[in-house]
Amino acid sequence: MKLHDVVEILDAKLLIGEDRHRELEVKTAFSADLMSDVLAFAKSGSLILTGLTTPQVVRTASILDAAALIIVRGKIPSGETLQLARELDIPVLSTRYILFETSGRLYANGIVGCVEKIGGTRDGES
Amino acid sequence: MNRAYEKTFSVEGDNFDNAGTASIEIKKILKDLRIDEDVLRKTAIVVYESELNIISYARSGNITLYVDDDTINIDVKDEGPGIEDIDLAMQPGYSTATEYIRQMGFGAGMGLYNIKSCSDLFEISSTPNVGTRLKIIIKRNGR
Ligand SMILES: Nc1ncnc2c1ncn2[C@@H]1O[C@H](COP(=O)(O)OP(=O)(O)O)[C@@H](O)[C@H]1O
Ligand SMILES: [Mg+2]
Repeated sequence: MKLHDVVEILDAKLLIGEDRHRELEVKTAFSADLMSDVLAFAKSGSLILTGLTTPQVVRTASILDAAALIIVRGKIPSGETLQLARELDIPVLSTRYILFETSGRLYANGIVGCVEKIGGTRDGES
Repeated sequence: MNRAYEKTFSVEGDNFDNAGTASIEIKKILKDLRIDEDVLRKTAIVVYESELNIISYARSGNITLYVDDDTINIDVKDEGPGIEDIDLAMQPGYSTATEYIRQMGFGAGMGLYNIKSCSDLFEISSTPNVGTRLKIIIKRNGR
């Protein structure tokens, strides 16, 4: 699905991002509030779902070449965090759904986890 | 690539505002060098976790990146409290991080473990009250 579909499904606000970002194709996601876990498991091109709003989340997303950050529970990151996201070209969405609902709605629409479970990979993955 | 590339980045302890900037710069350099995507991801993770450890626990440190045709070498050196029990520090989940570090999403005790699992060669040495050194090699061709 495209990032604009994600915005619609999650009734989200695209806080940072331009028209070209709306057309980004996304297939996978990872949900966590622990950045080391995001680093360990998230794949490039994935959505990162989190309740954290610090600049570190944006830097983590940038390190991994994430497709976009989705901030859950209606939180709005500080101006500093948003400015950094603009600089590093990371789209930021904010949704009022809780992390469980956000993940579930995306999953129900075809987005899958970066990894299914520890020690296993998804079909077709190397 | 015809010539090897080398650059050293200094990292200041306790400066969380800039946490990750050295890593993001290193990632840009590697992208310009057209490093393979998987190698780039591993290197970025290694450098980012290392940078955060210097900021979180040491007074100051350096990260040296050395790239040649076959390998990415990352040397991390800091002046700080050092690590008393390295085996314990390497264990996933072990952490002495402060509440502040945790609020930023770090301090889950997965940093050194992540570094090791992204590395083809990983060496750690530490002297209490002096500092800590990491030597990491990531191969450019192998998986
Ligand atoms: N450079 C360092 N200097 C001193 N202690 C360190 C350093 N790096 C790691 N440690 C110690 O090892 C522990 C585990 O580190 P790490 O695996 O990165 O997890 P975390 O940083 O999340 O605690 C830290 O909590 C800290 O006690
Ligand atoms: Mg750490």
